[in-house]
Amino acid sequence: MRRLLIAVPYLWLLALFLIPFLIVFKISLSDITLSIPPYSPNLDLSAGWSGLVDFVRALDFENFVFLTQDDLYWKAYLSSVWIAFVSTLITLAVGYPIAYGMARADRSWQPTLLMLVILPFWTSFLIRVYSWMGILSTEGLLNQLLMNLWIIDEPLQILNTTTAVYIGIVYTYLPFMILPIYAALEKMDDALLEAAEDLGCSRLEAFWLVTWPLSRGGVIAGCFLVFIPAIGEFVIPSLLGGSDTLMIGKVLWEEFFSNRDWPVASAVAIVLLLILIVPIVLFQRNEQKAREAEG
Amino acid sequence: MSQTVFAPWSDPGAKPLIEFRNVTKRFGDFTAIDGLSLGIYEKEFFALLGPSGCGKTTMMRMLAGFETPTEGSILLSGQDLGRVPPNRRAVNMMFQSYALFPHLSVWENIAFGLKREKQDKDAIDARVTEMLRLTRLEKFKSRKPHQISGGQRQRVALARSLAKAPKLLLLDEPLGALDRKLREETQFELMDIQEKTGTTFVIVTHDQEEAMTVASRVAVMDEGRLVQVATPPEIYEQPATTYVADFIGDVSLIAGRAKPAGERVEIAWAEGQPPIVATSETSLSTDQSVHFAIRPEKVHISKERDETRPNLLQGKVEDIAYLGNISTYHVRLSDGTLLKAQSTNHRRLANRGITWEDEVYLSFTETAGVVLTE
Repeated sequence: MRRLLIAVPYLWLLALFLIPFLIVFKISLSDITLSIPPYSPNLDLSAGWSGLVDFVRALDFENFVFLTQDDLYWKAYLSSVWIAFVSTLITLAVGYPIAYGMARADRSWQPTLLMLVILPFWTSFLIRVYSWMGILSTEGLLNQLLMNLWIIDEPLQILNTTTAVYIGIVYTYLPFMILPIYAALEKMDDALLEAAEDLGCSRLEAFWLVTWPLSRGGVIAGCFLVFIPAIGEFVIPSLLGGSDTLMIGKVLWEEFFSNRDWPVASAVAIVLLLILIVPIVLFQRNEQKAREAEG
Repeated sequence: MSQTVFAPWSDPGAKPLIEFRNVTKRFGDFTAIDGLSLGIYEKEFFALLGPSGCGKTTMMRMLAGFETPTEGSILLSGQDLGRVPPNRRAVNMMFQSYALFPHLSVWENIAFGLKREKQDKDAIDARVTEMLRLTRLEKFKSRKPHQISGGQRQRVALARSLAKAPKLLLLDEPLGALDRKLREETQFELMDIQEKTGTTFVIVTHDQEEAMTVASRVAVMDEGRLVQVATPPEIYEQPATTYVADFIGDVSLIAGRAKPAGERVEIAWAEGQPPIVATSETSLSTDQSVHFAIRPEKVHISKERDETRPNLLQGKVEDIAYLGNISTYHVRLSDGTLLKAQSTNHRRLANRGITWEDEVYLSFTETAGVVLTE
């Protein structure tokens, strides 16, 4: 019975992660052809052993080599990591004060505030990104407001720039930053701050010496929760970003749907996965450390 | 043999370390502290005792600086504390939850306050080591708070609050989280440390036994007022009001009317019962309504009627609370009044004479009880 219970998540991972991964990996080793499916070789089991040998011989790392030759790819990877990194910092700078305010707020208000943070999830992500287009475009709400207030004479070009991508990412992932930080701050005993003050700290010192280190676990968790999905983000850069915003998610989409080059697209996906493994492992380690500290 | 008794409160020339002058604290409509004046002297171990919500924690928080009085002033060594923030007071507090910093080791917790004073490294090191020795925590100095036991955590909290050598140490229910056995041991440890360091301690507690054990003086509080401030024996033997008598220890209260006769007073308390004869220090008027308070251990219980005993009353045993060393008998008198009597179990259980439903005789001397007018 126990083995069965343990087997369920493994079977799940096998069917929905490992097998698709192996398929993608296999495609990344194939060559592009004008056929259906648009790559070769295909495994021909009716040819028996020799068919399998031919199949394996036809696989190669050509596509991965290609990724290193065209500077579009590594530029896209670097730019994605950079955009994700900067967005994470901005999200932290915006999210921490919000989480802090929530944790300090009156107990009876906290469920409401929590609800307000989660509320945007009730609307489709796509619709919310589209509405940002309406806000940020040259005839959009923001420009109209600023022009009506006589703050600007010419509409600002925000949509189709990297700034719009930052706004989109920060807006979308803000709850993922707020919630873990709030969880960390909310468990903190208020008496700790009083104790720090009692022992000679000013309010600011008490924050740096007590509140900040105690919320660090939440900050790290929040940063990973924003950084990891932001690297592979596709919808936001393609809807809000202009042609100069280079992100690997967009490159992947173009390879796959515009070029119909499945093998190169698969290779891009595999490399992206490898890049993501580093922060994911670090995130897991942070979570485990937090659990040990609590236990 | 002449030994100087520590009693600065009875010396009119002594100046108190802390003085509350007509302090009132209101939270909205609620008056937590109501026009309270009090002096606490140097080297005292002062206990604030009362039920939850009586204002004792508010008093302590005002001393620490977390609350400011609405009216009146608090003086420390003659200086008005006024709005001096908590981080600028020579007062440290040991929190009820201990409030140890979970991300810092025992050593770092104790050093926390010293580091804020920007002392040099050697001085901090020496002081922390001294504190670790005082609280017997040397072995645990590099552990984190979650890696040590409750009793050890309590000692870390104490060491941390003593490290800066405050003029006044505040202890908020310091032993509340410990189990009974450990609590009793720790009480003596606290007294020992207080004596060694010579610091003035103010302890807040709702546990009357704890207050009686550790304190040089106890202040019993009720609804933001001081009901009585006195030494533990005075509080126990001469409670000022029925509230104090009832709050501290076990007591039987009998309502009646006074008939003073010289130093003695006769209390008529029930039809057909002989009056209780007692002594009273306060002068009473005839027919004044009074309460007679008597502690169970001062009531003698016997199965035989001995006419020579004073204040002899007859009743029936209703309940027996057997506590091992002593037994408390709940005796219902013929008029329905319940009186408690206690006797030590100097004989084994099997030989004990009195059991349920027995007819017994209770008696007590004229000085055994107290006559209370409030």
